[in-house]
Amino acid sequence: MAEQKALTSIEAVESGLAAQGYIASRQIATAVYLSQQIEKPILVEGPAGVGKTELAKAIAAWRGMKMIRLQCYEGLDEAKALYEWKYAKQLLYTQILKDKLGEVLGGAQTLHAALDQLHDFGDVFFSKEFVEPRPLLQALEQPGGCVLLIDEIDKSDAEFESLLLEILSDFQVTIPELGTVSAITPPTVILTSNSERDLGDALKRRCLHLHIGFPEQRLEERIVESRVPGISQTLRRQMVGFIHEIRSLDLKKLPSVSETIDWARVLVLLQATELDTDTVKDTLNVLLKYEADIEAAAPQVTTFIAKAARSNVFG
Amino acid sequence: MRENLHRFFRAARGVGVHVSPAESIDAMRAVSQVGFSDRTILRDALLLTLAKSQDEKLALGDCFDLFFSQPEPRRDQPEGVDQDASQDTDQASSSGAAGDAGGGSPQQELGPLAQMLLSQDRNAIAAAIASAAGAASLSDIRYSTQRGIFSSRILDAMGLQRLRDELDGLTASNPALAERLRAALDALREAVRDTVSQGLALYAREEAENLRNEILRNAPLARIERRQVAEMRALIRQIARRLRERYSKPRKRQRRGHLDVRRTLRRNAAWGGVPFLTAWKRKHRDRPKIVALCDVSGSVAQVSDFFLLLIHSLHEVVDDVRSFAFSSHLIEVSQILETKSPEEAMAEIMSKVGFGSSDYGSSLVDFEKDFMSTLTPQTTVIVLGDARSNNLDPRADILRRISERSKRLVWLNPEGRLAWGFGDSEMPRYATFCSVVRQCATAQQLERAVSDIVATYQ
Repeated sequence: MAEQKALTSIEAVESGLAAQGYIASRQIATAVYLSQQIEKPILVEGPAGVGKTELAKAIAAWRGMKMIRLQCYEGLDEAKALYEWKYAKQLLYTQILKDKLGEVLGGAQTLHAALDQLHDFGDVFFSKEFVEPRPLLQALEQPGGCVLLIDEIDKSDAEFESLLLEILSDFQVTIPELGTVSAITPPTVILTSNSERDLGDALKRRCLHLHIGFPEQRLEERIVESRVPGISQTLRRQMVGFIHEIRSLDLKKLPSVSETIDWARVLVLLQATELDTDTVKDTLNVLLKYEADIEAAAPQVTTFIAKAARSNVFG
Repeated sequence: MRENLHRFFRAARGVGVHVSPAESIDAMRAVSQVGFSDRTILRDALLLTLAKSQDEKLALGDCFDLFFSQPEPRRDQPEGVDQDASQDTDQASSSGAAGDAGGGSPQQELGPLAQMLLSQDRNAIAAAIASAAGAASLSDIRYSTQRGIFSSRILDAMGLQRLRDELDGLTASNPALAERLRAALDALREAVRDTVSQGLALYAREEAENLRNEILRNAPLARIERRQVAEMRALIRQIARRLRERYSKPRKRQRRGHLDVRRTLRRNAAWGGVPFLTAWKRKHRDRPKIVALCDVSGSVAQVSDFFLLLIHSLHEVVDDVRSFAFSSHLIEVSQILETKSPEEAMAEIMSKVGFGSSDYGSSLVDFEKDFMSTLTPQTTVIVLGDARSNNLDPRADILRRISERSKRLVWLNPEGRLAWGFGDSEMPRYATFCSVVRQCATAQQLERAVSDIVATYQ
């Protein structure tokens, strides 16, 4: 019984994401489902443009939660990611305190009595009011939960990884002056990485590791179908087939899903009904981002179109 | 099933996926969520929780397929044989039914193993093998030489002894039945052997690999066999990766507490010199600059090959490497090593300078003439060679000048210390100008030497 329920839930994830225009493979759906069930972040790796960031957006849209995004870059630190003190407000506060000091201390005769009264006054200098929450803290403070996207974690420094560990494993952060802040509702955390550098084992251990590669032909057709509704079925098949042929080449940067979608849009704009050599050669720069790649692929275009057309007949 | 999962974790460790206790707990929790009914989902769930990189995913996927398909081959493989066998059984049972008085009674007296074999209940046999394998703790198997002992242990646990006794008895009383039992026993032996082989593939890989690497690490590089060269290259790459991980991050180290007065004043000029912002002294650290001189004459060529491979796979750690190869004269080989694959590069270097008898004197003269200007006070010079100069002038004076111009001069010698200074070895004469002289004959010594050189820059 339980297994049956679990199965339908993975399917529910799949259909829920599909409703947001994100066609997920079974592996992706399993990962999203498991991350909900055992409350673990997902670390998504894969080449650029296969929909790592889109996944987080789709989850947020599907579950009607707020998405908080933290874009990582070299030099990102605590003050920009976690929290910062509102220095100006704190300064103002001391000014006010100075003005009111006479009233507060009132009739204190000795220094000792004055100090006692000051203690009673309450210390708000380092308190919640003066904390400026940054994305990580914001994510913990969302009452209804949220989707926290930590984008391109591989771009940040190794020190920043260590900062994340507490948040990832226990969904809490410790601010020295305030103590520990725990999440009201544990957020759904998605980390993405382009594998520019190897992440630390400690970080990897705390996450479910999901690798999104280039999708299979069928899946990619479905993705194009949902993203570019205006495209005809034959053209869709041909272009996806063509792109799969291109990916078999040894190129500097292989075209990924986002390029496929862009290209589909371009083809629709050009009102192409099927692939022909001239159109492909003219629009090859949408797919390939390096001059050397275009030069390498150009002579093969005719063969690939023929192959794609043939597979279209049989497939 | 939990037992099975634990065994799977062990198998996963065997293929090189690091499964920590915490990860195995996560995997358990994930599995309890998705259940066992759908194998692809189970596979996805385990891959998600246990594997931490694309390589690990592939390895673990293969491991999963091997592990959970375990009962399958036994079911498919003897299918053809089984068909015949079951027909045989049918015939036998029908004949048995006909001559019930003759065949029936001895069958009743047989032990459980014989009963099982005769009944040809494949599932029961598979289950019995599995449980016997558990009893014989097959998951402890480490080396291929243990295959025999584990097979016999499993067979013993299944009750082979009793079966043998019964066979002896039956050969006299009921030869036909004995014949059938013997054939079934052979099939059983085969099945057990397959199980053990599979166990070996699943559980012993890690140990075997460790052992092989250990042997390889301590094998003399100069006398390595041709078939091991590829393995050695893989090992060198592994060493390079480890060194890279250790040294690639230029660690920020401040000299805490030392105020940089000059920078502080400059930075606070806008406030009339009131130091709002302080600047602290920092230690400046350079990345290693290395000049490598490698002897590629017959005796040391192999070691130089591996050394150059190692040095040139340290891009992230070492900023600037210039390599020179020599036997009777010296050329620069950095370009060749950067652009070609290790095999091609070495072949080209050998065709250019290799196969001569080594002449350290004239090679050093070549270096001084053309490349002395590459040396800076930040450079570490590494000379790799046996210092056997065939009784020609060693020109130790040039080595002295090299040593004076560079940060350090390290000499790596593939020969053991005992041989230094004997025959035509000029090692003692060269050694006076070197900061460090060390033996470097095995991969392990090579790793230590390079690690020490890089560490002086940290």
